Amino acid sequence: MPILAHWWDLRNLGNAASALLDRIEAWGAPAWIPYVVAGVIGIVGCLTFLLLSQLSFIWIERRLVARMQNRIGPNRVGPQGLLQPIADTLKLFLKEAITKRSADRTLFWLVPIVILSPGLVAFAVIPFGDGMVLAKLNVGVLFLIAVASLNTLIVFMAGWSSNNKYALLGAMRTVAMLISYELVQVLALLSAVLFVSSMNVSDVVGWQSHFHTWLLFLLPLAAVAYIFAGAVEINRTPVDIAEAESEIVAGYHIEYSGIKFGFLYTAEYFAGFAVAAVMASLFLGGWTAWGLEEWVPGWLIFVTKVYMVFFIYIWSRGTLPRLRIDQLMAFAWKFLLPLSLLNVLLVGGEVLVWQEGGYEAEVVLPIFAVVNWAVAGALVIVWGSVLGHLRPERRPRRALLTKEVGVIVYGQPEPGV
Amino acid sequence: MDDAGTVTAFWILTVITVGSALMVVAVRNLIHAVVFLILSFLGIAGLYVTLSADFVAVTQVLIYAGAVSVLILFAIMLTPRAGRDNTETFLRLPALLLAILVGFTIGFVALDADWAIADRGSFEETASAIGEALLSKYVLPFEIASVLLLVAMLGAILLVRPEGAVEE
Amino acid sequence: MSVELEHYLVVGAILFATGLYVALAKRNFVGVLMGIELMFNAVNLTFVAFSRFVESAAPLSGHVFVVFVITVAAAEAAIALAVAVLLYRTRDTIDVDRIDLLKW
Repeated sequence: MPILAHWWDLRNLGNAASALLDRIEAWGAPAWIPYVVAGVIGIVGCLTFLLLSQLSFIWIERRLVARMQNRIGPNRVGPQGLLQPIADTLKLFLKEAITKRSADRTLFWLVPIVILSPGLVAFAVIPFGDGMVLAKLNVGVLFLIAVASLNTLIVFMAGWSSNNKYALLGAMRTVAMLISYELVQVLALLSAVLFVSSMNVSDVVGWQSHFHTWLLFLLPLAAVAYIFAGAVEINRTPVDIAEAESEIVAGYHIEYSGIKFGFLYTAEYFAGFAVAAVMASLFLGGWTAWGLEEWVPGWLIFVTKVYMVFFIYIWSRGTLPRLRIDQLMAFAWKFLLPLSLLNVLLVGGEVLVWQEGGYEAEVVLPIFAVVNWAVAGALVIVWGSVLGHLRPERRPRRALLTKEVGVIVYGQPEPGV
Repeated sequence: MDDAGTVTAFWILTVITVGSALMVVAVRNLIHAVVFLILSFLGIAGLYVTLSADFVAVTQVLIYAGAVSVLILFAIMLTPRAGRDNTETFLRLPALLLAILVGFTIGFVALDADWAIADRGSFEETASAIGEALLSKYVLPFEIASVLLLVAMLGAILLVRPEGAVEE
Repeated sequence: MSVELEHYLVVGAILFATGLYVALAKRNFVGVLMGIELMFNAVNLTFVAFSRFVESAAPLSGHVFVVFVITVAAAEAAIALAVAVLLYRTRDTIDVDRIDLLKW
């Protein structure tokens, strides 16, 4: 694909990296040094992308949400408020990071450190360009799901170690949300993997490039389910039940102040970019754009797509009101899960027809796209209105969870709640 | 397997895994013991990767560290007045002797037996082969496992249901 | 220095012995369950090590077995923890030394 594979050919940053590695090998270093250097280059590249994006999106998000809410947003700190992220970071560094005496010190200190890992590690399997992937895992999609499932544990640890009943309840709510939407996420990604018959993320991107289509056009239900489940996994409005200040006093974030809160806040952005990157790679074609990658660098296309998906999250934050927790649970279990299962069934049938019949892709894929869109629209309308499964439970009788848990984290039990 | 990367990875992961397992025994706080258990799960997933078992490694992280650990933490949380200081019962010395005996027996058999080592090297890609095996040769255990999971789910929900169900 | 089958088997043996001690000697019921999970993991590690190193007609059957063990372990953990919560509700303790109504 690149005519000139020189190290300065920016369309594939791997050229520079492989030139550097060849130079290191020519010096006669032991066999493991190029390997380690390649790993370090990959990690530094992912971190650079994530940190720069996070810094700029602090400003971008606040200005965009402000314009959507008919106000201006931060405009004091520099020209047009562009130094706002720096001001925010300085404030968080200089604030006192209070640790309660009754909190579990080890876990309390551990959580802000490990909460950055899922968002960062997910970028190890996502291709930024042609061969620009840190780990060519054959089980890449399953790896992404596994890394997302670690979020559950970390959130629970955050709520538990704070020794605060509101933090614990917020963490339990978040864990309930996360495990419900993990199922939806897995089924949405499963239908994408079914079409491609490979769990390697680079293979999925290559499939979309080979057949000149995006999986978004073929699998609308899966894409919408994944965008929604992704929003829940990263706790953004309209589903930021766990951490909004008007709900349960900011949930598992309560006791974290200063730079510890800065880490939690950063981790939310990292996870948001990870979900947007997975969406962009698996459903929107990754670093390919129907031949545009001959002139424009592939990583630039990919970064643009990630920012577009993240813009959809910012847009929904500025526009939609927050859902209640029981509405959210009802939506997952009674609506998205059955629809995702039916989607997997449908996609499995289509792949079977395609493989057994041996049809040409140009004939068969548009038919599949039309069928999938029609079925998706029909299912959403029918399931939503006629069966009425979107109605949440009426009047839950009593507070079940608080009574069960009590108010004890450490120490003596208190009488009543 | 004698390239430097695998050997280094094996020794680091072994120290992490066995160290965390021993800390599960030793720490005096139940939540810290669960955290060390999670760490040993992740260490074992790393050991699977050195054995080129990629699918099993990712499944281990997804299910053990992602789901079973959350179950254990929920059970600890839903039992507030139980003792959380990870002490041992009065039978700890016989248990220790039995554990050491079992460990030495298994270790002796492992080191002494003459295993038929194959020279096929590491696996290329296990997921597709596991999938084919699950749907051709092992399809009956596969179906039974799904029924088992359904029964376990229903059983767990029914067992923990509060007295006086919530009205529709 | 190379890593052979015996290394993995010894690691599995140590983990199994540790899990056995935790399962037999912990006072909290959830602690016992943690020991059982450690034993499952040790067995899984041994299976995968054998599958990688030992001559066999179907080398990946070790991995298939491990997938089944993980599945059954997850189901068993769910039921065991449901039993623990139920036990706590009726007896107000999950100390294995105090759950002795069936003692002789």
